[in-house]
Amino acid sequence: MTEKYNMPDARGHFGVYGGIFVAETLMPAIEELNTAYQHYMQDADFIAELDKDLQHYVGRPSPLYYAERWSQALGGAQIYLKREDLNHTGSHKINNTVGQALLAKRMGKTRIIAETGAGQHGVATATVAARLGLECVIYMGAVDVARQSLNVYRMKLLGAKVVAVESGSKTLKDALNEALRDWVTNIDNTFYIIGTVAGPHPYPAMVRDFQAILGREARAQCLAQTGKLPSALVACVGGGSNAMGLFYPFIDDAHVKLIGVEAAGDGVETGRHSAPLCAGRPGVLHGNRTYLMSDDDGEIIETHSISAGLDYPGVGPEHAWLKDSGRASYVNITDDEALGGFYALTRMEGIIPALESSHAMAYTLKLAPTMKKDDILIVNLSGRGDKDMQTMAKREGIEL
Amino acid sequence: MSRLAATFAELAQKNRKALIPFVTAGDPNPQFTVPLMHAMVSAGVDIIELGVPFSDPMADGPVIQRASERALAHHQSLRTTLAIATEFRKTNGHTPIVIMGYLNPVEVMGYEKFADAVHAAGIDGVLTVDLPPEEAQECTELLKTRDVAPIFLLAPNSSAARIAKMDSIGAGYLYYVSLKGVTGAGHLNAAEVETKLAEIRANTKLPIAVGFGVKDAQTAKTIANLGDGVVIGSALISEIEANLHSPAQAKEAIIELLTAMRQAMDN
Ligand SMILES: Cc1ncc(COP(=O)(O)O)c(C=O)c1O
Repeated sequence: MTEKYNMPDARGHFGVYGGIFVAETLMPAIEELNTAYQHYMQDADFIAELDKDLQHYVGRPSPLYYAERWSQALGGAQIYLKREDLNHTGSHKINNTVGQALLAKRMGKTRIIAETGAGQHGVATATVAARLGLECVIYMGAVDVARQSLNVYRMKLLGAKVVAVESGSKTLKDALNEALRDWVTNIDNTFYIIGTVAGPHPYPAMVRDFQAILGREARAQCLAQTGKLPSALVACVGGGSNAMGLFYPFIDDAHVKLIGVEAAGDGVETGRHSAPLCAGRPGVLHGNRTYLMSDDDGEIIETHSISAGLDYPGVGPEHAWLKDSGRASYVNITDDEALGGFYALTRMEGIIPALESSHAMAYTLKLAPTMKKDDILIVNLSGRGDKDMQTMAKREGIEL
Repeated sequence: MSRLAATFAELAQKNRKALIPFVTAGDPNPQFTVPLMHAMVSAGVDIIELGVPFSDPMADGPVIQRASERALAHHQSLRTTLAIATEFRKTNGHTPIVIMGYLNPVEVMGYEKFADAVHAAGIDGVLTVDLPPEEAQECTELLKTRDVAPIFLLAPNSSAARIAKMDSIGAGYLYYVSLKGVTGAGHLNAAEVETKLAEIRANTKLPIAVGFGVKDAQTAKTIANLGDGVVIGSALISEIEANLHSPAQAKEAIIELLTAMRQAMDN
């Protein structure tokens, strides 16, 4: 790449992907948000406040941890983990909610809404809303409410109202639909904090920019600790925010491989998966054009994954662009393989990863041994596994 | 002249306003829709809006969401909705049909194939909820060259600049969404509608249909005095939902409500 990467264009396009595909009532709100976002990202006072919060409230920078024992056991690349699991609330999601909540405050909005799948984004949103004294409503599919009950309780403790969404497949996509319906209805006082690099422009670019802190840190930490850049980056991809945050500062480093790991559920060949980049087709959903899981009639197909945070039929439009352009590649990991990644990291390094992040760990099990010993592999440990204890215990037949 | 233009011209001449029912194609079952369309024409409706069921109807309230779910349970799709229009056209050559839905089924079919299919089915207008004018250039041109009107939504918070944009890219009529919210929500405020319609009129010569929140004959009459047409959706679909055990009864209730609206609007 000779020219510096500068996606998206002014209307949010990453090639044919992205854009703004919403009902007319939302257009003025989206324009207002875009203006505010463009303004405050250049505003020294805003950036200073954001940096301060990221340092003292979130706990940044997060370590880049050399997983020495695991690297030796796999016998290939030297594996470094970006420790987003150590952030306040336990995942990368808070990098984005801190940023968007500050933006909401500057815009004079008094009410925050969000969608959530695993509940990590919901918790991260309820957390910043509590801190800023803003009213907070979280939409969560009824299926996810049942499988992530610990996070539901956390959100309630933080003062948020959690609405169980009973429509459609009762998972993340339906929670997003319901949040969009809330937003059109309460547009004057409400700020919608989207939790991933999806939605209409400016969300994909804005969420990426807030998450890019983790990639900038990882790049500097890698250079400081090893004196060189990594050969490859690996991150799980639900909507794609932790992956985009890691990839973005490395896009112009053409020799650094970018690898996103989608959830293959029971296996992509079974149709029961959440891997639109690997096995979907382009379409339009939730405000942008991207790869989607839809049938021949254009209806969205139900998705499957052991991890609620990856159980989404779409993916951020920038990933669609990175896939088509060949800059990034996308692979998939089944539920069973993800469990292998979960146990490997837990036993090898004493770190219990989230089931979402376990997909990246599982791919590391495959990839690292194929790499040279002087290769560096950075894997994003996007969150910790505390929220998944019930799911894991149940799989092991244990009643907690 | 297109069927939509002819309809509005004729209404203007008679000093009447358009009554525009919205029903989801294939709700509660695929056999229900064509006979209902004919019965609605007999009850005095002027244009029919047919909803294309979609798995993720983001701009719709619970009533139309459930209509979509019922239709999807029968595998009603964009293709079978076009087949309903084709069937209706066999015996009705004059009542305009507008299909209203979401973009993804159109994306998957392909814009050109979609435009051809819509034209072949005798459809007069296409309203795609999540396709704003900024992204609509390619699709609207394909439709317009086939004499199918791309119809756009306007909202209470649409600026004068946006109204002008819809005027230049849209055709047939503009659809004013009378409240901030999803379909079937709350009650509309006639004074606010009146103020906004004046602003819209100043920026377009296209007829203006008003919808979202019209539930009874009285509201239909009030709105008819302000706009060029009244769209009624959730109130009709609620009758389907209230009579799931008897589609025949649902049809009767819908016709009764539309007849009352027609009378109120004409007097
Ligand atoms: C720990 C963790 N990682 C990853 C994800 C997936 O989201 P994204 O692809 O936007 O990073 C989630 C979503 O809930 C999560 O909780």
